[in-house]
Amino acid sequence: MSMEFLRPATWAEALAMKAERPDARPIAGGTDVMVELNFDRTRPPALLDLTAIPELATWNTDIVPGWIRIGAGMTYTRIIEELGGMFPGLAIAARTVGSPQIRNRGTIGGNLGSASPAGDLLPVLLANRGAEVWVESVRKKAGPYPVYDFFTGPKRNLLAPDELIREVRMRVTHGPEQFAKIGTRNAMVIAVCSFALTLDPGEREVGTGIGSAGPTPLLAFDAGEYLAGELDWEGAGPLDDRVARRFGELVAAAANPIDDVRGTAEYRRHALSVMARRTLGWAWADYRKGAAECA
Amino acid sequence: MTTRLESGVRGGIGDSPVRPDGNLKVTGEFAYSSDLWMDGMLWGATLRSPHPRARITSVDLTEAVKLPGVHAVLTHEDVPGARCYGLDHRDQPVLAIDRVRYQGEAIAIVAADHPETARRACERIVVGYEVEEPVTDARRAALDPACPKVHESGNIVRHQPVRVGDASAATADVVVTGEYEVGMQDQAFLGPESGLAVPAEDGGVDLFVATQWLHVDQEQIAACLGLPAERVRLTLAGVGGAFGAREDLSMQIHACLLALRTGRPVKFVYGREESFFGHVHRHPAVLRYEHGATSDGRLVYVRAEIILDGGAYASSTPAVVGNAASLGAGPYNVPNVAIDAYGVYTNNPPCGAMRGFGAVQACFAYESQMDRLAEACGLDPVEVRIRNALSEGSTIATGQVVDMPAPLTDLLERVRAFPPPAARITGEDGRPDLLGLPGGVANTTHGEGVVRGVGYGIGIKNICYSEGFDDHSTARVRLELVGGEPAVLVHTAAAEVGQGLVTLQAQIARTELGVDRVTVAPADTAVGSAGSSSASRQSYMTGGAVRAACAAVRARVFALAGRHLAAEGRGGRVPADLALADGKVVSESEGVIATLAEILHAEAVEETREFRHRPTRPMDPLTGQGDSHTQFAFCVHRAVVDVDVELGLVKVVELAAVQDVGRILNPVALRGQILGGSAQGLGLALMEEIQVRDGVIRNPSFTDYLIPTILDMPPMRTQVLEHPDPHAPYGLRGAGEPPTLSSTPAVIAAVRAATGRSLTRVPVRPEHITGHAMDKPSDLG
Repeated sequence: MSMEFLRPATWAEALAMKAERPDARPIAGGTDVMVELNFDRTRPPALLDLTAIPELATWNTDIVPGWIRIGAGMTYTRIIEELGGMFPGLAIAARTVGSPQIRNRGTIGGNLGSASPAGDLLPVLLANRGAEVWVESVRKKAGPYPVYDFFTGPKRNLLAPDELIREVRMRVTHGPEQFAKIGTRNAMVIAVCSFALTLDPGEREVGTGIGSAGPTPLLAFDAGEYLAGELDWEGAGPLDDRVARRFGELVAAAANPIDDVRGTAEYRRHALSVMARRTLGWAWADYRKGAAECA
Repeated sequence: MTTRLESGVRGGIGDSPVRPDGNLKVTGEFAYSSDLWMDGMLWGATLRSPHPRARITSVDLTEAVKLPGVHAVLTHEDVPGARCYGLDHRDQPVLAIDRVRYQGEAIAIVAADHPETARRACERIVVGYEVEEPVTDARRAALDPACPKVHESGNIVRHQPVRVGDASAATADVVVTGEYEVGMQDQAFLGPESGLAVPAEDGGVDLFVATQWLHVDQEQIAACLGLPAERVRLTLAGVGGAFGAREDLSMQIHACLLALRTGRPVKFVYGREESFFGHVHRHPAVLRYEHGATSDGRLVYVRAEIILDGGAYASSTPAVVGNAASLGAGPYNVPNVAIDAYGVYTNNPPCGAMRGFGAVQACFAYESQMDRLAEACGLDPVEVRIRNALSEGSTIATGQVVDMPAPLTDLLERVRAFPPPAARITGEDGRPDLLGLPGGVANTTHGEGVVRGVGYGIGIKNICYSEGFDDHSTARVRLELVGGEPAVLVHTAAAEVGQGLVTLQAQIARTELGVDRVTVAPADTAVGSAGSSSASRQSYMTGGAVRAACAAVRARVFALAGRHLAAEGRGGRVPADLALADGKVVSESEGVIATLAEILHAEAVEETREFRHRPTRPMDPLTGQGDSHTQFAFCVHRAVVDVDVELGLVKVVELAAVQDVGRILNPVALRGQILGGSAQGLGLALMEEIQVRDGVIRNPSFTDYLIPTILDMPPMRTQVLEHPDPHAPYGLRGAGEPPTLSSTPAVIAAVRAATGRSLTRVPVRPEHITGHAMDKPSDLG
């Protein structure tokens, strides 16, 4: 009935402990884990506290050119403060998480580990085309999963029992990013549905991510392809309203929502189409502004 | 008024002295009932039914009892006294007897040396259920004789008609009808049900508990324990909010049973999820209204059918029905009235007291109707209300004359006259000001789809207990010298539930006795009943009792002053105009007579007084007529909202309120009541609902039971009027509930104005505004 509390001081020690105790539940900010414990939904035999490992709470851009490495222990608050310039969409999403207290403790690694379809950062990671979740175990040296492969179902991911999430790697595109989330109150709310959009001016590609409208966070792949082909990248002209609406429809079509206590499936699809259209408008305005400044 | 209110003492009536619990609560050091602890205590846990309606075919405790650390496992067979309790009807089993009537009903209780052990023991109890189809449709329960019965006595707890004139025959130029629905709101207090029962040497028990009314708990607990009341002693523990949810018993009898059985102190603390099953909620309601009026908007008749879902047990359903019926026509003059209010049993969660009960549900419906009437008559919504508003000397639907100020027209005109709030889509830097927009930082709009709306609401609430109830409060006040200085001790059983009653009692004693040092003793049952901290009544009732006890103390001090004068050879004549001020007996004509230190010596002057408001009468069972209420209170709101009409998200930009409180006793506490009440009303309008399907609660947590945050509750503009009620102490009017009534319809009216939707159900959800609801309400067709 007792619960063991493991607190490794180094990453190697954490991997060793996880190998020895695959039933140990990793915990960082405790945003999801503590709720489950308090509601008596899970009772893991051991908790593996990852907050004493310094390198987990760091980020750097000098590993691979054009990429950033974000340690799993980076909190939402630090993401907002330190990465907001580089990844405005990630910062907007982080700002919608809980309250200041929760943002001070909750981490990007926790968001990935919980793998909730409503995880606020997850659509943004999907929209960063090619983003990777790096996992490691004593058995297997660190390696990436593409984010779009990582989630296998509601609160399920590809992590093996002896593996831990080490970091996230994202492409630095310097393009406009947006995120929007529906909640039934104006703060501290779990997403009814959410949408993330990234415009990649270099590759002329569009990244998308849908939250809380399916068993996992979803890509709106067709919508992104359609939009990438329709946008006036070259001339940076005004956005065609028909394109924006069509994009919204395609995003809604990519969702697979259900009716639940937070909202109806029909509303979720509708809200996604609106958010897709609006975020596109804002992102395209940013793009045009950037194009004008460069000209 | 003879009371000297201008006494130089600070922290008296009209001031806002610092409340003793304020800093402690803000810094997290206040001891709540959940913090109670005693050496050697055991922990209680409760086994609850997963089914809303089932026969219990067997209960096997074997495995639970065997678990090491378990000290007792009890069922209904272990209840020594009455098997059932209840505020009005004693219909609720202490522990389920042969059947369960709602999801979460307590079946067995465990005491163990660790809370986890107690919970594990509960899991080992094997209960056999024969699950039955639950009764969940309140309207069917009320009106369909073929509906299965929740209790043998039938499904109607109370049906109260109100009849004035001939509403069935009345005709009118303009007729508006509507069916409205109010969802199940929760009080959402932060301190879960908790307490500590300590067995006593006399075979009785001492219970420390967070409650709203110590003596009504004591009475019910003693009956079920089979003990005389004096052997069940209660002391109020730190209360983390109440709002009506602590009127009914939760863990009280369970803790006492286990303490008496084990001979050890037993503590219960419900978890958050359990708490949603551990207390009653606001009655959901379906309300059908028809108003007839002249073409210039003057009401001719109102017909209404109000169905209140009381859930599995009666709780305070009878009183809720009484309020909905008697106040169902609203604060309006209506010559012909036919209201039928029903409170029924179903297998839904039990519902009972919550701030504004009965009056809240009716107010949403009649105010929605007034807006429809305004539209039908082409009138401004404030104007149509003014044309029909009650005033002093008017008669409400029960025939009761409003014999106190009722400045409704003034309230309405004042709230309308407030300047409109500015439209702020962008911040100073020209970027969208997300905090001020629907959706907040979730970044759903930068102004797209945002439409502003304005709405009004006004309500009428009865203050104090009604319908002939012997409503009273008791106060004991003691004046003596402590360290040579006069000091006052006030002792009542009145529950401080966060509203500031401890502070107020001291303010009254300071004002009445002119003494600075006032201590308020912990509330317990060693002094007579104070009645409930409910119905906005404690300032009136316990305030009145403290004031009366102070007056009695004062009279004795004046007598002692005469004795003192005689002893000093200054005797003969005692001035008639004595008063107490600044620790002295003074005379307006002769100046300072003596200090209290000189007069009192070693003597303590102690007096106990019971205070009663004027008597009320029951409502006539067929016509609803009767002077059933003590006092009426009024508040009016104007809500200004920005709605993202495409996404259905709402930002309340401003709530403005004007309330008449008769007399301001503590300005800060009063503002807190107006803000808090308005926020709770806003919550009901936009988000707060316990979602129940087939008798099962779907969102028993603060993850999905949403209450307004600082980004949902806007700054409030408030104005307070003071028209004294000649019948009440200090002329005061209860202030806690009225803001809860009118804020809901005002917010919804504003959302309707912005969206053009008829929105007949609260809380309104985004999909109701956008038209993507699953169960499409009739107004979306």
